[in-house]
Amino acid sequence: MANYTEDDLAKELENQEYKFGFVTNIESDKAPIGLNKELIQMISKKKNEPEWLLEYRLKAFEIWKTMTEPSWAHVQYPKPDFQSISYYSAPKQKKKYESWDDVEPELKETMKKLGISMDEQQRLTGTSVAVDFVMDSVSVATSFKEKLAELGIIFCSFSEAVQDHSELVKKYMGSVVPTKDNFYAALNSAVFTDGSFCYIPKGVRCPMELSTYFRINEGGTGQFERTLVVADEGSYVSYLEGCTAPQRDENQLHAAVVELIALNDAEIKYSTVQNWYPGDKDGVGGVFNFVTKRGLCEKNAKISWTQVETGSAVTWKYPSCILKGENSVGEFYSVAVTNNYQQADTGTKMIHLGKNTKSTIISKGISSGKSNNSYRGLVQIHKNAENARNFSQCDSLLMTDECGAHTFPYIECKNSSAKIEHEATTSKIGEDQIFYCNQRGISTEKAISLIVNGYCKEVLNQLPMEFAVEAQKLLAISLEGSVG
Amino acid sequence: MSKLNVGETYEIDINNSNQAFILSAELRSKAAQIIASTDFPTTKTEAWKYTRVTKIKNTKFKILADFPLWRGIKGEESSNQIDKFLIPNLSGSVIVFVNGLFSSELSTIEAENGLEILPLNQDNTFKKDLGKLIPLENEIFYSLNTFYAQDGIAIRIAKNTQLKQTIQLIFISSGENTYIGNRNVIRCEDFSKAHITMNYVSLDNELAFNNTITEISVGSNAHLSVDKIQQESESMNSIISEFVQQEKDSTFSINTFTLGGDLVRNNLNIDVNGQNCETYLSGAYILKSKQHVDNHTIVDHKVAYCESNELYKGVIDDQATAVFNGKVFVRKDAQKINAFQSNGNILLSNTATINSKPELEIYADDVKCSHGSTTGQLDEEAIFYLKSRGISYKTAKKMIVGAFLEDVIKRVSNEHVQLYVNSLTNNSLKV
Repeated sequence: MANYTEDDLAKELENQEYKFGFVTNIESDKAPIGLNKELIQMISKKKNEPEWLLEYRLKAFEIWKTMTEPSWAHVQYPKPDFQSISYYSAPKQKKKYESWDDVEPELKETMKKLGISMDEQQRLTGTSVAVDFVMDSVSVATSFKEKLAELGIIFCSFSEAVQDHSELVKKYMGSVVPTKDNFYAALNSAVFTDGSFCYIPKGVRCPMELSTYFRINEGGTGQFERTLVVADEGSYVSYLEGCTAPQRDENQLHAAVVELIALNDAEIKYSTVQNWYPGDKDGVGGVFNFVTKRGLCEKNAKISWTQVETGSAVTWKYPSCILKGENSVGEFYSVAVTNNYQQADTGTKMIHLGKNTKSTIISKGISSGKSNNSYRGLVQIHKNAENARNFSQCDSLLMTDECGAHTFPYIECKNSSAKIEHEATTSKIGEDQIFYCNQRGISTEKAISLIVNGYCKEVLNQLPMEFAVEAQKLLAISLEGSVG
Repeated sequence: MSKLNVGETYEIDINNSNQAFILSAELRSKAAQIIASTDFPTTKTEAWKYTRVTKIKNTKFKILADFPLWRGIKGEESSNQIDKFLIPNLSGSVIVFVNGLFSSELSTIEAENGLEILPLNQDNTFKKDLGKLIPLENEIFYSLNTFYAQDGIAIRIAKNTQLKQTIQLIFISSGENTYIGNRNVIRCEDFSKAHITMNYVSLDNELAFNNTITEISVGSNAHLSVDKIQQESESMNSIISEFVQQEKDSTFSINTFTLGGDLVRNNLNIDVNGQNCETYLSGAYILKSKQHVDNHTIVDHKVAYCESNELYKGVIDDQATAVFNGKVFVRKDAQKINAFQSNGNILLSNTATINSKPELEIYADDVKCSHGSTTGQLDEEAIFYLKSRGISYKTAKKMIVGAFLEDVIKRVSNEHVQLYVNSLTNNSLKV
């Protein structure tokens, strides 16, 4: 591989196949296509939801009907036809799973392929991860529930939470992302089918990583899940989220809402490895990922978003922090890799409301093929946010001459005691950098791997151990042949 | 066509003016249609997200035939009046426009080989190329200028001419509800070199609206540097736009100093059409009371091997608002571009606002582009350092702010202009 150049790398990137493109052959329970009031009532009934939730959904539907799709993002895609999507699909269940042994072998196989082997985890104890597995629209299995319950931690599917912890759900749902927030949030509020719910009681430090695995399996469906994480005073939780979808020629829609609430002195660490099907190398198919993620920090609380984005045909996602309480901290670490015809418009919003609030933004974009990768971020310092502090850094790496990298930071400051720094760079891997490695006996391939790894390290370091390995693997697949 | 015939359209009163319009009938009718069919931008319009123009929208402006306040000072005293707007010790032509019209009494044109200066309403050669590159679609202000422009300056620096003098342009406004809409042309032909200052001033504190467009072309191997000084009254609404076309191997630099005005919007659009160009954009703003200054710059790198460098710095006090929106485009195949963009702000009061939006849009890979934006306040430690050496707080503050802005002021190449700008900024720093 002596003559391995960046061009070779780019070629390999182009031809790289999507590893999670398989379809699981499970009978599923799928709602007829189309979106109307009856469908929402049907979903609500199927889930045996209380009256207030149905009202919430219908209200959101009314609001959604009055809204138009946002068009400001730097992405181009055929507008999804919201009447030709099936809004509910669930792997057909014969009965409720009582234990792990009840789960169908096909499902187990799917999880195994995805690298979630609950079987193994069942045997291992202590350092493992509690997983909630959401396939299509429905949460399939949650592990370690009992163990967590001993500490008073609630970790279950959203539907279960609605049944068993109705008061908590009612109190916090929609408090950070209101239904009228945006087009997709309103749509999600109307038709969401499942998701994860997590509550950490006062002063409890969650002993293991909580994880949700999202998978779209059925064709012609959209996935609309909702995640709600509430960390009560003084608690800590680290939450992981992974996403994959089968390879299909159609564009599938994923419109999720994630709400985090960190009460006084609490800390939430939310990590995502997003690997939805990105479409093939001609840009056919792939998932449209339009996600609203937002966290609210009370006094002394901290929310940290870490994301590794490698999938989706179109990504539109801005995990945000509302720093409401004094001394609260918001962090955003992101690596976004786009290839072929992928388009990503992603970034964050840091809204500083309280005194002495701090935020850090580290965003690394890698564009390859004919893709477009944009960073769009907002740092807003309100009038009363004395001594607010922000540091933003967004770097873009360009691998081919046909891709694009863009930066759109919005910095709005209304307080004179604030300190805001923003810097961004765009460049390709320097020939001098590669030459430096070469002359020390490192092959070009290894050099590129070294440089890309170093480039992302700041972000990858933020991931929890279990996930960091997976993320590195993902990067390795995305940049196959270069990252060791 | 002299009037707009559409019922509810925004209109400027031209009854007092007997001047002809300088843009072609074709462009004017297109502009008229756009004025009739386009609303004023609101904060929902991305390019006007932080700037409200309701005051302009709700005021009925008029074009004046004569200069009311100027009338008394024509003749003997006028030279004294104009003196205070001149840059001390700077020799060369002085061209004065009062309320949008060329004033031959107040102007002095120093002839030089290869230099051609004349007001556009007396010209027939420049007129025919006017407005060809100005986008009118959805742009109500450009359309208003196109429709109502009655005068402006045309400057041509012929091929191979290196101007010895600096050309001073002075745009004076006066009178209530005055509309000023100049259309200027600056043409630097191949291998020429020129330095031009543009000084925007007011005689009184009346509400007025200046909507000026300057079309600039820099030929191959030409060097043009422009210093733009805005020190209009606190009631002035200014929308000042420059459209620059740069050909290969040329250098263009522009320094914008904004000290006055109520609402100031600078649109600086630079198209880099040839290789090996250098582009320098700098700006400094010192804002107080309720001033609102919006600097919008677009550098469009269409071809390879170019460099652009942008530096805007400002100090914002009281309830003032500053907006910075710098955009750098690097088009496909425009490789080996070095683009640098930087914006620094100091907020002096808790009611001051800064909105900064430095953007990069890049479609080529072998480029080095970066931008930075900082917002902060006076460094208390630096002030303490100075205070401990017997310097008063006020003086210390002034020294630190002055030093902060010096980066930009230093970019003015002409020493007389630099001294002038320095004294202006010193005066406007409230102690």
